Amino acid sequence: MTSPTTAPPAPRGRVPGALAALGRGGAPTVALLLALIFAVIATQNPSFFEGPPLMAFAKKAAPLVILAIGQYLVIVSGEFDLSVGSLVGAQVVIAARLIDGEEAMTLPVIGVMLAFGLLVGLVNGLVTTLLRVPSIITTLGTMLILFGAVRYWTGGAPTGALSEAFRVPGRGGVEDLPFLGQLPWALVIAAVIAVAGVLLMRSPYGRSLIATGDNDVAAAFSGVRVWRVRTLAFVGSSLLATVAAVLIGGYAGVTAQVGQGLEFTAITAVVLGGVVLGGGRGTVVAAVLGAVTVEALFTLFNQLYLPSTIQPTVQGVIIIAAVAYAARRGDLRLPERLRRRPDHPTERPLGTSRR
Amino acid sequence: MTASPPPGPASPAPPPPAPAEPLLRMRGITKSFLGVRVLHGIDLDLYPGEVHALVGENGAGKSTLMKVLAGVHRADSGTVELAGSRVSFEHPVQAQRAGVATVFQEFNLLPERTVAENVFLGREPRRRGLVDGRAMERATAALLADLDLEGIAPWTRVRSLSVAEQQIVEIVKALSHDARIISMDEPTAALADHEVEVLYRIIGRLRERGVAVLYVSHRMKEIFDLAATITVLKDGDLVETVPAEGIGPAELVRRMVGRPVSSVFPERLEPRGDRVGEVRLSVRGGGNSQLDGIGFEVRGGEILGLGGLQGSGRTEVAHALFGIARFTRGEVAVDGRRIDPRSPRRAVRAGLVLVTEDRKAQGLALNQSVTANGRLVLDAVLPFGSARRVRRLPGILSSLELVTRGGNDQEVRYLSGGNQQKVVLAKWLATEPGVIVLDEPTRGIDVGAKQAVYRLMRELAASGAAIVLISSELPELIGMADRLVVLADGRIAGELPGGSTEEAVMAMATGSHGDPRADAPAAGDPRAAAPLSGGAAAGPRSGDGAGRAAGPGRRPENDLGSGPPPGAVRHTDSGSGPGPDSGGGSPARHEEAAP
Repeated sequence: MTSPTTAPPAPRGRVPGALAALGRGGAPTVALLLALIFAVIATQNPSFFEGPPLMAFAKKAAPLVILAIGQYLVIVSGEFDLSVGSLVGAQVVIAARLIDGEEAMTLPVIGVMLAFGLLVGLVNGLVTTLLRVPSIITTLGTMLILFGAVRYWTGGAPTGALSEAFRVPGRGGVEDLPFLGQLPWALVIAAVIAVAGVLLMRSPYGRSLIATGDNDVAAAFSGVRVWRVRTLAFVGSSLLATVAAVLIGGYAGVTAQVGQGLEFTAITAVVLGGVVLGGGRGTVVAAVLGAVTVEALFTLFNQLYLPSTIQPTVQGVIIIAAVAYAARRGDLRLPERLRRRPDHPTERPLGTSRR
Repeated sequence: MTASPPPGPASPAPPPPAPAEPLLRMRGITKSFLGVRVLHGIDLDLYPGEVHALVGENGAGKSTLMKVLAGVHRADSGTVELAGSRVSFEHPVQAQRAGVATVFQEFNLLPERTVAENVFLGREPRRRGLVDGRAMERATAALLADLDLEGIAPWTRVRSLSVAEQQIVEIVKALSHDARIISMDEPTAALADHEVEVLYRIIGRLRERGVAVLYVSHRMKEIFDLAATITVLKDGDLVETVPAEGIGPAELVRRMVGRPVSSVFPERLEPRGDRVGEVRLSVRGGGNSQLDGIGFEVRGGEILGLGGLQGSGRTEVAHALFGIARFTRGEVAVDGRRIDPRSPRRAVRAGLVLVTEDRKAQGLALNQSVTANGRLVLDAVLPFGSARRVRRLPGILSSLELVTRGGNDQEVRYLSGGNQQKVVLAKWLATEPGVIVLDEPTRGIDVGAKQAVYRLMRELAASGAAIVLISSELPELIGMADRLVVLADGRIAGELPGGSTEEAVMAMATGSHGDPRADAPAAGDPRAAAPLSGGAAAGPRSGDGAGRAAGPGRRPENDLGSGPPPGAVRHTDSGSGPGPDSGGGSPARHEEAAP
């Protein structure tokens, strides 16, 4: 039913538990939606599920899946990352300018990109946790800074060119397989990251992260270093955005518009997967399914000859509808926070006096 | 929603009709959630001017019954008659319009709005299309005056009020609907003992006005102080409705639990741990901005009670030990090794844990499973080699008698308060701590769960752990502790042996044998700032500090230090029953006397 990206291995031997976990994240709902969209695609284009078109779809969906996993890490910890779209754009432009067509520069430049991603993630995380700037503001700032800085640096239009080697992960794959044709590297990378994400969330770090998103005071009182856990989530998001930038740059090449609006597509994907804004709930699998569903929807629009300009509108509708659905089920946590007793002793930061 | 003028607040209630006719008659109320029956055919009569207590263990159906009355839930079957005519509320607003008001445990106030704006939220009086702020404030002032609470100014922002004052605003809001019936769900849960006095007086007022009060509480003292009639629920069934005179606290508890609670506090167990008798926690000269000269020792096998009034520094000591707010002076040693608890993480590593007083805000990640909460500390602090400890978790949970419908994958938000507390305890016990600090471990949990917590404390002590117990319930503190250290104003007021009388503890805590307060103007006390601004809000405009009865005792107490004219300090709830002895500046605290 779904492409291989969407099927990370089920946790060993605990099928009922795994099913319950899927249910909590809203994954079954979105899986159903995905099946529905695929069914409609199949009626429009019966050859879609023959190997090559499916693999082409997977290649196109992989960057969004990776971005959604990064966004998931941040959202589940109770924050937002709006900077990933700009970061993808900046990374592609940096790559083109620094490589400038020279094959030998490929690996060093990818190293530079990863370092830059790490830096952006650290800034996002530390400004949010230590300076206590709300993450929606921090990352909005980073987004604008990156956007402007890249334009200033390149004088408005991207210069340089990517090397052939750089374009392999985004375009290439294992060729000449029976049935599938090409197994794209992008799909392999996305699958590896998805599996790693699932395992990460089962590790002590992942458990601390989700508890932090649920109740950061209780987490801190339980010995979780909240600032560190959240900062690492931002770093993860920025590094995954860098990986996505390599794939997107390879797949689509260098343009001034690359990466634009991707942060919202990623948030749409995560929210559609049922990962509740405000933190503490949802699974990696649900985020991945959400990303595939969004991409499938866009594919369907193409097949129906709808203009791609309608995509942001659809994203907006999805975000509102998904959150409204979560709120109806009583899953949404934001109102609960607001409902907390005003000026309750525990509401005040520790060690400060009333007022 | 409607622009109708606010109901005249001051209209004196008509003389109560003959008590033979109930104001409210509920018959055969049944309610199920997802196929689970939580109320089975409950009958309840409320009479004008009568306080009716609703008691039962957590999960007995008290809150559900209140919510049916308030129009939050609809009963599956059964009838509700209000003053003789049958009603069926489908929405809380309908119930409010009919004169049935409810004060829920959680406050529903907007912190940045004024008292008046909160009281008239959604039905502000208007003049030429605009909100008439003056009229709103006048009406609120009249409502407050009606309860002798002129001390709260209608234009004060709710954020700057104390919890007790906010509670009063909730009640005033309920009254502004011209309520004939007010139900209150554990209204004293968030109040300090001396603040409860104010609530008592308000309830007295309501009774005089012929309002029927439905009162849900776990505290025996309050139930017998206030209620004329008591209805006992158990597992959704009506056990019985009895006049309060006809039953004693012990008998009432027996009927709530359905079995005799043989002795309230379990016996000490035979010590068997090899650490019994060793000094496991020692504090010397500990101090910070709120504490000074804190020093005590706790030995393995010992339960040390930390007593004192609300705000005396009990919780602050716990926080300092656990690294939430640090000691800036003095030293702390666990098992003879000096530690510097700079964070909860370090404290846990050193073998010292704290069960915080506020379970939901500080203890649990409510959307996570029992297991996830139980292993959180292990994951966060001891991520390597924690597998062995994680495997022990189910055993710990079942030894705490945690039984949940969904097993350990159940999200903790669906658990009762008592079960949630057991999850918190399991989380800390999983780290195998040597020193356990418990801050109000039985607050808001039912009788059965309390017993489990008491037994656990005895069990842990016998195995050689050192336990520090903080509790506002004096009987609990005296009954469980082997030794008591009493705090006052952030200092140690003295030490008492276990089994001391409540009077002895109170005397020490209030300093009524000397007057330690005179030379301690609470300079480092953060709350010292509160009365200044609070007084500024209320003082100049109302021109009278005397009505600040709602200002809990601790504020006037600080007022003494910060020196407004004595007249402004005459705050007391004077003349209301077992009144406070305002003279010595010691706050009234006569609650919690054992039933």
